[in-house]
Amino acid sequence: MEWFSWLQYDFMKYAVLAILVITPLFGFMGTMIVNRKMAFFSDALGHSALTGIAVGVVLGVNNTSISMVIFAVIFALLLNQISSRVSASTDTVISVFSSCSIALGLAILSRGGNFSKYSGILVGDILSITPEELWYLAGILAVVAVFWLFGFNKLLAVSLNRTLAKSRHISAGWMENLFAVLTALIVMVSIKWIGILIINALLILPAASSANISENMREYHFFAVLFSMFSGILGILVSYYVNVATGPTIVILASIIYFMTYWWGRRNNL
Amino acid sequence: MRKIIRPCGLHCIKINHLGVTLGKQEILKDINLHIHCGSLNAVVGRNGAGKSTLIRAILGDLPHTGTIEFKDRENGHIQKLKMGYVPQSMNVEKQTPVSVYDMIAAYQSNVPVFLTRGKKIRGRILEHLQIFEAEYLLDQQVCNLSGGELQRVLLSMALMDDPNLLLLDEPVSGIDQNGMELFYHTIYNLKEHYDLAVILISHDLAYVRKYADKVILIDQTVQKQGGAREVFASPEFQQVFPYGKEEA
Repeated sequence: MEWFSWLQYDFMKYAVLAILVITPLFGFMGTMIVNRKMAFFSDALGHSALTGIAVGVVLGVNNTSISMVIFAVIFALLLNQISSRVSASTDTVISVFSSCSIALGLAILSRGGNFSKYSGILVGDILSITPEELWYLAGILAVVAVFWLFGFNKLLAVSLNRTLAKSRHISAGWMENLFAVLTALIVMVSIKWIGILIINALLILPAASSANISENMREYHFFAVLFSMFSGILGILVSYYVNVATGPTIVILASIIYFMTYWWGRRNNL
Repeated sequence: MRKIIRPCGLHCIKINHLGVTLGKQEILKDINLHIHCGSLNAVVGRNGAGKSTLIRAILGDLPHTGTIEFKDRENGHIQKLKMGYVPQSMNVEKQTPVSVYDMIAAYQSNVPVFLTRGKKIRGRILEHLQIFEAEYLLDQQVCNLSGGELQRVLLSMALMDDPNLLLLDEPVSGIDQNGMELFYHTIYNLKEHYDLAVILISHDLAYVRKYADKVILIDQTVQKQGGAREVFASPEFQQVFPYGKEEA
């Protein structure tokens, strides 16, 4: 077995490049999702991808990726609005909307027994990424980097105490909606390659592992990005040699890191 | 204590006809208050009387009717009122990797806390933590602080903007008897030595009697206001706190 034999395949090169862009992105976003206890929210967003595609099919849109992204953005804003208005607990509200939307999506897409055509999106296929799509990803990474540089402090302030943030003229609603839209964009842009079933694991696991051992925001982000990239790169190489699907391999590695950091954090009383 | 400025007693904050209606429910109506600088004003009332709503309305977090004026008596000139706010608690669960520096810098600075630590803002934070002898807390996780430590950190943060008016929601849990005494003593010192007025929501009538210059009894509107002795003896007060007199 040669160590770099995978380099002779273009699809492997693109896939590794894609991992190098997606994993830091997920590391960053994950920190805030975990901090704001939005794990369930991002999960529901992932599920809404099916509905977005279904809406596109019904409307006869050629490129269902567009209808998927638009639907997810609307869905995210709606969830944000409703969970701040309705007095039932947030996870109940999200669960209602998530189940409803996924059922709608499944019902429409399975009409006439055609669902197998769309089932690929459940697990995703990173090896199918094209150079053009890589540029989209790089663009999103740039947008998130800019948002993080200029908006992260405000977002953290809002999540720590809304009233205090507003008393300092930070527009809490704007920040929350921007973050929800950005999360929706990232989940939708990468769902084709990562898959609905595991995308949330990839968002949550690196940040949760990092929280186990970090004491401040700098450590938190550093380890989240490190764990995310490490499990991504190792995952794609392992999956290449062992010949299993890439997404699940990455998630398994990320889970192992989670348990290790949990144990480490407990032992060192962090 | 650092930076001692005697309160001048020359300016005041006037709240005129303040009202808050949320949905169809009128929570506060026709609140009129006159707050002098260098005074400690305690807001008391039963649960759900609108105490927190009043503070949130003054802060601008809730839409309200009526006006809030800040007057400098020397020339009757109206300037922008600077407010500091100390919340009851922060949303931090166990194991949240937010340090005291991260929290304060998130509100006070544009240097992204996930990337680096700004030297200037770090210095400013330390300088203000020192007022409450809390500089040793700078690198601790917020979720690991005791109730009293968190209060001191939040107070330091509120003072960073040199507020004219300090709004406090008294902590109800996580602080023991000694801590409460210290908390009230600190607030008392603040208003004595800094040029600011304090509005404090209080749940503890004994401390209110001991430290407050003015007591404001609220139930949808101002039921009674004045010195502690006067308010505590009033029939309105007896009605809300039938056992209040003995407690105090």
